[in-house]
Amino acid sequence: MISPVLFWSVAILTVIPALSLLFAKKAVHVAMSIVAVMVGLAVAYVGLGAPFLGAVQIVVYTGAVMMLFLFVLMLVGVDQRESMKETLVGQRWIALFGAGGVAVLLISAVGQLAYEPAEEMTEGDPEAIAQLLFTDYVVVMEILGALLITAAVGALVLTHTPRLTPRRGQAERQRARVLAGANPVNRPMPGVYARHNALDVPALDPEGKPIEESVSRVLEIRHQMDTSTQYEAHLSDPSKRGTDKPDHESLAKSDDAETGEAENGKEDEK
Amino acid sequence: MNPIAFVYLATVLFGIGAAAVLLRRNAIIAFMGVELMLNAANLALVAFSRIHGEIDGQVMAFFVMVVAAAEVVVGLAIIIALFRARQTISLDEPAELKG
Repeated sequence: MISPVLFWSVAILTVIPALSLLFAKKAVHVAMSIVAVMVGLAVAYVGLGAPFLGAVQIVVYTGAVMMLFLFVLMLVGVDQRESMKETLVGQRWIALFGAGGVAVLLISAVGQLAYEPAEEMTEGDPEAIAQLLFTDYVVVMEILGALLITAAVGALVLTHTPRLTPRRGQAERQRARVLAGANPVNRPMPGVYARHNALDVPALDPEGKPIEESVSRVLEIRHQMDTSTQYEAHLSDPSKRGTDKPDHESLAKSDDAETGEAENGKEDEK
Repeated sequence: MNPIAFVYLATVLFGIGAAAVLLRRNAIIAFMGVELMLNAANLALVAFSRIHGEIDGQVMAFFVMVVAAAEVVVGLAIIIALFRARQTISLDEPAELKG
């Protein structure tokens, strides 16, 4: 038979979280308690000789249904306040009385049952369930498949909203940008070709003036932008124009002074 | 312990679920009450299956789970459609339907 420990632990694990349905203020707390109820019911199923149903309970209810509930809660906003004002007079007491009446009616009906529980029970493992599902209940299976597809299509239809404004694609956005007076072509890449092509140096336009907007705005904000005056000066100086390799080395020397010294030190050691 | 105890537990859970449906104004919480009632029915089915020693009751509980999953999908879609139309999921708001 079933051990009382199992029953009472399941009873405590289900009834106490289920009461949050009546007393918890926030819907998220209710959803999490219902997850606990579902887990408790899964334990009860396994204890009652239905291991397959226990697994399905965990997968379908805690895994899918309650997560769907939480998803919708987040979608509509978790801060939805529940008005406690009674629009119908005495509705709270009538509701409690009705629910209590249903419970009492059911309990008294169950109390009149006189069943001796069967001693032997075929375990409800997946194989046994499948045998029954695909022989005696195969038509029901088919109908349930149709029902699931209908439900999926119904959800799509119910949540579908028609588009009220025309779609703004790439072409429309480009047109709006040009109408607003933006430059229709790409901005130039940073760096001075054949002399210095790092990202922090602005490119030079045909007249030799630096194009500030060619450098990334981030570097500008961080004050990591370099100036291209050296290269500009070099380009505008006709005496140096002939030489292919200008004073690039001397420029680099000042930057790499420290590293150069370190390398020299290594060589000295050798 | 007799498995009929689980049927009593199921009736208690069913009562709590019914009270939640009748009392709460938040549509999602009321809907979770419906889910709890379905689960209570499932627990009763499994307990009766244990009492009879047959697994037909478990197959029925399985069918109830499938129907409940379909019902949740459509019900939550309705709640979202309601929320889009009125910016609230309170069950008292559509009282203006009386015209």
